[in-house]
Amino acid sequence: MNIEVAINYIYILSAVLFAFGLKMLSSPDTARRGNFISAFGMFLAVVGTLISAELSFQWIILGVLIGGLIGLFAARLVAMTAMPEMVALFNGFGGLASLLVGWAVYQYQLSLDALTSVTVFLSVLIGGVTFSGSVVAWGKLSETISGKPVLFKGQQIVNALLLIAAIASGILFGMDPVAGHAFFITAVVVALILGVMVVIPIGGADMPVVISLLNSYSGLAACAAGFVIRNNILIVAGALVGASGIILTNIMCKAMNRSLRNVLFSGFGAVIQKKHEGHQGEVKPINVQDAYFILEAARSVVIVPGYGLAAAQAQHAVCELSEILERNGAEVRYGIHPVAGRMPGHMNVLLAEANVPYDQLFEMDDINPTLDSVDVCIVIGANDVINPAALNDESSPIYGMPIIEVHRARTVFVLKRSMATGFAGVQNELFYYDNTRMLFGDAKASIQGLVSEFKNT
Amino acid sequence: MDPQTLVFLFFIFALAIFLGFELISKVPATLHTPLMSGANAISGITIVGALISAGTVGKPISTVLGFLAVIFATINVVGGYLVTDRMLAMFKKKQSSIKK
Repeated sequence: MNIEVAINYIYILSAVLFAFGLKMLSSPDTARRGNFISAFGMFLAVVGTLISAELSFQWIILGVLIGGLIGLFAARLVAMTAMPEMVALFNGFGGLASLLVGWAVYQYQLSLDALTSVTVFLSVLIGGVTFSGSVVAWGKLSETISGKPVLFKGQQIVNALLLIAAIASGILFGMDPVAGHAFFITAVVVALILGVMVVIPIGGADMPVVISLLNSYSGLAACAAGFVIRNNILIVAGALVGASGIILTNIMCKAMNRSLRNVLFSGFGAVIQKKHEGHQGEVKPINVQDAYFILEAARSVVIVPGYGLAAAQAQHAVCELSEILERNGAEVRYGIHPVAGRMPGHMNVLLAEANVPYDQLFEMDDINPTLDSVDVCIVIGANDVINPAALNDESSPIYGMPIIEVHRARTVFVLKRSMATGFAGVQNELFYYDNTRMLFGDAKASIQGLVSEFKNT
Repeated sequence: MDPQTLVFLFFIFALAIFLGFELISKVPATLHTPLMSGANAISGITIVGALISAGTVGKPISTVLGFLAVIFATINVVGGYLVTDRMLAMFKKKQSSIKK
């Protein structure tokens, strides 16, 4: 058997391992093993590649060492609260690698045939958009740049022109790759600008959608690179990732009751809704001690976290409080909205870090029917995902978005710094409900206050 | 590339997309982040192309580009898998000792 054929069998094995690994990621019991299996598939693909071709190893070894060390340290050192930006950055590097592979193939052999030049162009375009888009997403998530949507007049026209420019330079490049070097460079530059332009109009709380989408793009970029080097394993693995990213994107959009188009182009949250500001009624603040008396008597408690939990780093304090409540005889559950936080499943990871068992975490659709019989709902740093206006105020910009219906509980505590509006810029009428009590202050400090009240009595 | 190769590659692409949809359609929300970062690590498969580009002796410029591609793809692969593992290690079921 010739070695090229043998390598392809190894690639088939890798593809099967990737598929199994992804499948096993869909259950908490098998997920860790699934990840390991998928990593083993990657290892096989790399080893197979290295023994197949007559390669010179010096640059490979150096590159793998540098990349491996950076990856190792980044993965070890990153804080769990910084996970969204880390994932965004890794994503971007995958896209950049695909861009570079396309570029390297072109430089190696300038006289590409028409079909190959199309695939080179696609890998550069998708890879470039993924890279610069992910870097902007990283900046927004880590607050290196403002998380607010950046909008200007004619933005969509500019984006359309950029896309046309990219495609035009791609066509000119494809017609004559040898002479079209300048067009190729233009395509690279335009792709990078385009990536920046499509992510800047998207606001912080829409980031779950963007990260999922960029995830999908990074897979498609790998696919395109696979077409360039005519390699099945890149195509299969890239397509699997592309599909999974699209599924996640779809789930996120549904959880916000918005279309992907709307998320990408509307710059939601940039418009401040003036007419909702003058809400009737008064908010009822509560202090830690009174909150303690109510919690002490509560038999069932539901905790609803939002991005504020991550911002205040309050996950460990929350876990401590919930353990104390359980010892006090209450049933404690967590209600997690699909878009709470800055990436899909953000809250689950944070709470898992604080040792909250995952069978205490409930999805929105499972927790909502039980909320009528709940004594206390504690809302920590969540706002729009619990705003009843989504259910009953047709003029509200978030009308129709599914929410966690905390207002149906007997008492609702809202832990909040101030009366500032949430991401959508909408005043939350929940704060004015008769059964709502506002516990103002830093979420972490408030929870620690509650914990010490329990301990001192 | 001759059109026949392209058709063959597209065939695989189409089936793999379907496979991806089938595999991932029922992931619980709890695992969305690990799924995403695990999938992200898989997208580092582009490392295969990077290795070939970096190792093929020929023009220095394509070796340099390939070398850079190897670095970034390796960060993606190594970092992606490790970070996913780190997250998944934290997901625990309820221990009987906590609840009384």
